[in-house]
Amino acid sequence: MATEDPTEIRLEVCDLAVGFGRRTIQSELNFKVHRGSIFAIMGRSGCGKSTVLRAIVGLLRPMGGKVLVEGEDYWAAAEERRAAMSRHFGMCFQGGALWSSMSVADNVALPLQMFTGLNAEAVAELVELKLSLVGLAGAGPKMPRELSGGMLKRAGLARALALDPAILLFDEPSAGLDPVTSARLDQLILELSRGLDATVVIVSHELPSLFAICDDGVFLDGDSGTAIAHGSPRSLRDSCEDPRVRAFMERGRDEATRVQARPS
Amino acid sequence: MDSTSSKWPAWRLQRDGEVAELHLTGDWIAGDSGVRSSEDVRHILEGAGGLPLRVYATGIGRWDSALIAFLKMLGDAAAAHRARPVELDTSALPDAARQLLKLAAIGTVAAAAIALARPTFLARVGASALALWPRTVAVAGLMGETTLRGTAALARRTCTRAADVLELMRDAGAGALGIVAVVNGLVGAIIAFVGAKELQRFGAGIYVADLVGVATVRELAAIVTAIVMAGRTGSAYAAHLATMQGNEEIDALNAFGIPVFDFLVLPRIAALITMMPLLYLYGCAVGIFGGFLVSIATLDITAVRFVEQLRDAMDLTELGIGITKSIAFGILVALTGCYIGLRAGRSAADVGRAATSAVVVAIVGIIALDAVFAVCTNALGI
Repeated sequence: MATEDPTEIRLEVCDLAVGFGRRTIQSELNFKVHRGSIFAIMGRSGCGKSTVLRAIVGLLRPMGGKVLVEGEDYWAAAEERRAAMSRHFGMCFQGGALWSSMSVADNVALPLQMFTGLNAEAVAELVELKLSLVGLAGAGPKMPRELSGGMLKRAGLARALALDPAILLFDEPSAGLDPVTSARLDQLILELSRGLDATVVIVSHELPSLFAICDDGVFLDGDSGTAIAHGSPRSLRDSCEDPRVRAFMERGRDEATRVQARPS
Repeated sequence: MDSTSSKWPAWRLQRDGEVAELHLTGDWIAGDSGVRSSEDVRHILEGAGGLPLRVYATGIGRWDSALIAFLKMLGDAAAAHRARPVELDTSALPDAARQLLKLAAIGTVAAAAIALARPTFLARVGASALALWPRTVAVAGLMGETTLRGTAALARRTCTRAADVLELMRDAGAGALGIVAVVNGLVGAIIAFVGAKELQRFGAGIYVADLVGVATVRELAAIVTAIVMAGRTGSAYAAHLATMQGNEEIDALNAFGIPVFDFLVLPRIAALITMMPLLYLYGCAVGIFGGFLVSIATLDITAVRFVEQLRDAMDLTELGIGITKSIAFGILVALTGCYIGLRAGRSAADVGRAATSAVVVAIVGIIALDAVFAVCTNALGI
C-alpha cells in the first residue's frame, strides 16, 4: 500500500478501544477499509470481533478512539447525524434479526418507507428487486418464522441492501450454515459487492469463507486484547510468522485448498 | 479403615516406606453408589501423613465420573493441604482416567480465572442502593423523551407508523372487551350484594344505586380496568420487546437509525392512551349494569327507581376524574411495559422476568397513583 487517495478510504478505525463496563476487550485498533474491498475481521471465538463490529455500526459506544466513516468521526457526531450516517451501513446480523412480527417484504420495505419519500408502488418494486438479488423472489409474503436459517440470512441481507448502503457489514455470515449454503452465501456476497460497488466488512472465523472472498483484513487476538496482524487472510496464511496467526490459519489449510479450487 | 463388599467402591491405604499407596477396589459408578464424600478425602490425606500418595486402580471394576470426581477432589485437596501439600502420583491409573483427570485440571484453571468473588452482604446492599440512582435517572429520561417525542408525533414529525398504532389499538381495545366486561361486571355485582345487605338494615336499600354508581365510576372501573390491562397488555409489551432484544431485532432498528422510541414505544403509549378511557367507560357501564341486576333481584326496587336514583347521585365530575385517571393509568402501564422490556437481558429467562416485573410494577404503580389522585381530589374538594 504505497500512496493512498483519501477518498478511497471508506472506513477508518483509529486507536479504537471497546469493552463492557470497566472491562476492555480490544484496544489500540487501527485499520483502514478501502473502497470496494472485502475486509475481514478475524480472530478466535470470544476475542471481541463482533464487539468491534458493533462499535463500528454504532450499536456500542467505544471506550476510546475514533471510527471515521468517509473521513467523518462517527461517535463525535450529534445523534441525528449519527442516525443519518448509519444509513450508509447495511448490517447483517448473525441470526438474520428480521423483525419477527412483519413479513419478509415488510422487513425490507420498512427502511424504505421510513427514509425515502417513495410511494407504495415504488417501494414494492424495490423490495421485489432486493429479494430477487438474494434469491428470495416470491418469498415476500412469508413470515420470518417460516424461513430456514440460510433463507433468514439472505432475507437479512436483502434488508441490509434496502437503502443501497455504501458499506455492508456481516456478523458471522456462515455461522450455523452447512458448507454448501455457506459457500453459496460467500459467492453472493462477492457478487453483490462487485455489482453494487459496496465495501464489505465481514466478521468471521470460518477459514474457507475468509480465504475465498476477503482481500484485506485484521487479525484480533483475545489474550493480548489488540490486533496482531494486518493483511488479507491468504497473505497471512502464506507469510505471517506470528504463531497465534499460524495456529489459526493452519487448522484450515486442507479445507482452504479445496475451496480455492472453485472458480471465484 | 476399609470396607470391602464385593462390588461396592472402596479404598485401602497402605504405607510402604516413603510412599503411601491408595488401592481402589469395586465398581465406581456414580448412578449406583454416588460420589465419595470429602470425608473420605480427609481421611486419606491424614492417613498419608505428608508422604507422596500413589493411586492404584488394579482392583477396580467398572468406573465412570464417580472415580474421576473422587480423584479430582483428592487431587485438589492434596494440592491445598494445610501443612504441606501432598504429592499425588496417578501414573498407575488406567489411561482413560488419567486423560480425563488432565482435562478436568485444565478446566479448573480457566474457571478460577473467570469466577468472581461473591460480594459480602454489605456490599450487595450498597450496590443495590447505588443502582437506584441511575434507574431513577433512566425513568426520568424516559418520561422526558415521551413528552418530547409525543409532541413531535402530534406535529407529525416522527417515524411512528399509523398502521402499527391501529393494530396495537385493536389488540389493546377490542381484544380486551371480554375480560374487562367480566371483571367489571362481577365487581359491580359484588358491591351491590354487600351494599344491599348492609343498607337494607337501615331501610336505605335504594342507596345501593348511589353506592354502585359512585364507587364504580370514581374508583373501581378505572383501577380494575387498569389492573386487567397491566396483566394483559403491559406484560405482553414487556415480553415482546424483551424477545426482540434477544433476537437482535432492536439492534437491527438501531443499525438502520430507526428510532426505537418512535417505532416501538410511542405506538404502544398512543394505543393505551386512547383505549384506556374507552375501556374505562365500557367498564363503568358493565359494572353499573352488574350492580343494577343484583339490586333489582335482591331488593324491593324497580328498574326505573334504580336508574332515577343513579342519575341523581352522579354528575360529570365523577366521570371526569375517572377518565383522567384511566388516561394516567394507560400511560403508566404502557411505559412500564416498554421500559422493562427494553432493559431486559437477552436470555429466555429474562423475557419471563421482564413480563412478571412489568405486571408487578404496573399494579403497584396504579394503586400508588390512585392514592395520589385521592389526595389531590380531596385537597381540591372535588
